[in-house]
Amino acid sequence: MSANGTDGFVVFDKVQKSYDGESLVVKDLNLSVAKGEFLTMLGPSGSGKTTCLMMLAGFETATNGEIMLDGRPINSIPPHKRGIGMVFQNYALFPHMSVGENLSFPLEVRGMGKSVREQKIKRALDMVQMGAFASRRPAQLSGGQQQRIALARALVFEPEVVLMDEPLGALDKQLREHMQFEITRLAHDLGITTVYVTHDQTEALTMSDNVAVFDDGRIQQLAPPDKLYEEPENSFVAQFIGENNTLDGRIKEIRGEHCVVELDNGEMIDARPVNVTKAGERTRVSIRPERVESNPERLHPDAHLIKAEVVEFIYMGDVFRTRLKVAGNENFIMKSRNAPDQVRHKPGSTIEIGWLPKDCRALDMPS
Amino acid sequence: MALPAYATTKDKIWYYTFRVICYAIFFFLMAPIMIMIPLSFNVQPYFSFTPEMLRLSPEGYSLRWYQDFLSSDSWMRSIRNSFIIGIASTALATTLGTLAALGLSRSEMPFKGAIMALLISPMIVPLIISAAGMFFFFSQINISGTYLGVILAHTALGTPFVIITVTATLVGFDHSLTRAAASLGASPSRAFFKITMPLILPGVISGALFAFITSFDEIVIVLFVAGPGQRTIPREMWSGIREDISPTILAVATLMVLLSVLLLLVIELLRRRSERLRGLSPG
Repeated sequence: MSANGTDGFVVFDKVQKSYDGESLVVKDLNLSVAKGEFLTMLGPSGSGKTTCLMMLAGFETATNGEIMLDGRPINSIPPHKRGIGMVFQNYALFPHMSVGENLSFPLEVRGMGKSVREQKIKRALDMVQMGAFASRRPAQLSGGQQQRIALARALVFEPEVVLMDEPLGALDKQLREHMQFEITRLAHDLGITTVYVTHDQTEALTMSDNVAVFDDGRIQQLAPPDKLYEEPENSFVAQFIGENNTLDGRIKEIRGEHCVVELDNGEMIDARPVNVTKAGERTRVSIRPERVESNPERLHPDAHLIKAEVVEFIYMGDVFRTRLKVAGNENFIMKSRNAPDQVRHKPGSTIEIGWLPKDCRALDMPS
Repeated sequence: MALPAYATTKDKIWYYTFRVICYAIFFFLMAPIMIMIPLSFNVQPYFSFTPEMLRLSPEGYSLRWYQDFLSSDSWMRSIRNSFIIGIASTALATTLGTLAALGLSRSEMPFKGAIMALLISPMIVPLIISAAGMFFFFSQINISGTYLGVILAHTALGTPFVIITVTATLVGFDHSLTRAAASLGASPSRAFFKITMPLILPGVISGALFAFITSFDEIVIVLFVAGPGQRTIPREMWSGIREDISPTILAVATLMVLLSVLLLLVIELLRRRSERLRGLSPG
């Protein structure tokens, strides 16, 4: 796994990018991707993630800082000499060439002989289960098939790094899930270093070794998916990844890994201080809906409980989704597993809820 | 499009009126061209139908004007000149126009509108003004009355056509294709010749055709800029009408119509082929 440093296979070192010379689209980016790692850049549109990918591919130049590939700075190397495979959002298959010619293109550029080319093309097409389609034209293929060909073309010349720019955006849900699995499998089987850009958090969580969450031109958090989801380091990440309940309040006291937060309506809750430092500070606490518990038996005996009014109960089959009014927030969601002993709360009733302090994270108050 | 069952009398009247108008327009456009063709086979040196011709008797017709044309040194020279000037200026205009269109289609290109207007201006400025300007300018730099002068002048006239057709093709061009080519290791020039060029070829070809035809039937600039050594077919026809009125020019005109039709057919076939290759229409 990578850490921020300069020892990775792909390294962004203090990279900045500005298009107009005034405002920075990418601000002081430091990122290191280990060899063979699947890293996803996740973020809302305009967060700078695609710009970073384009700088790595060589289609944009960094205004400041250095991008390194296998220890070599690549800022002054043109895109066609970087040897980085890329899968484009709209696939970018050459429409006037057959599938086989599309795959042959990078091999011809590298001066490979016919027999070597044919062998590699066959292997790449078999890899994406498109072996029978070499003579078709891209226009004769479905979206999913084109996607596979684009993937095969990016892999056929055996690059060490492959970049993917929202490659599954145009596919329907079922196909997308299937391709997520296939891309991950291929990347791991071939041991390729992959940098994947998406705005779909499910994609990021299910596919990646590490996820870099982008916002406002910076990486807000870089962590493996489980850590990102369970231990968000700031309010943006907590809000952006998965469903999230927030309550605003003020830190009452901090003792190591534990703090008490006084909510705006005066109630006390337990939380884990994350990026708050001292008592009296404003904070926004974040709790995942599935970590909210209404059965006090499952909680620590001296856990703080808090009153909640049931607004709405939605039966979703495998889970119950209960919308609560907690400390003035009417959109506080509790998700409970449909277990035999699970209570179905009636709207209008008042219940007591609580959580383990480690699941309730006291984060910064966004300005 | 047949009339539907619910058509009213008014609909029916309009339906037939519309057809009549369409045929009238066709007739108006085609008649002057079509009338030339039989007249070019006239035995008599007249520009009108003789009684023999109207009776369709074989004595009324002959190939003498074609023979006249083929055996005339000045006509042969003018054909050679027309092709030399046409092909050279088409090659230049196509190269320059394609490059200009590629540059103008890039989003980072500054002053796009102004540059485009400037490059298109030879199409809009009255020809006689361009011709007069070129005459004075070319005389200054001593290329008036040379092939180079006429070729450059016709290049300036033909380039706007290429720019317009290539720009239109580039509107639908997906620029991520050139990026994809680069990511696959192709140098910019290789990406251009292997990816961009084949895809914009229909635009380039039709632009080239327009440029060629512009040069091929241009007379005003030739009158100003060309010397006696660069007489083109239109220039020769022009003096044919003014100096010795002979139906030879009808024979030449007929041959030129034939050539135009052939060119259009070739272009259409090429266009269809390239569309099929681009995967735009089913193969």
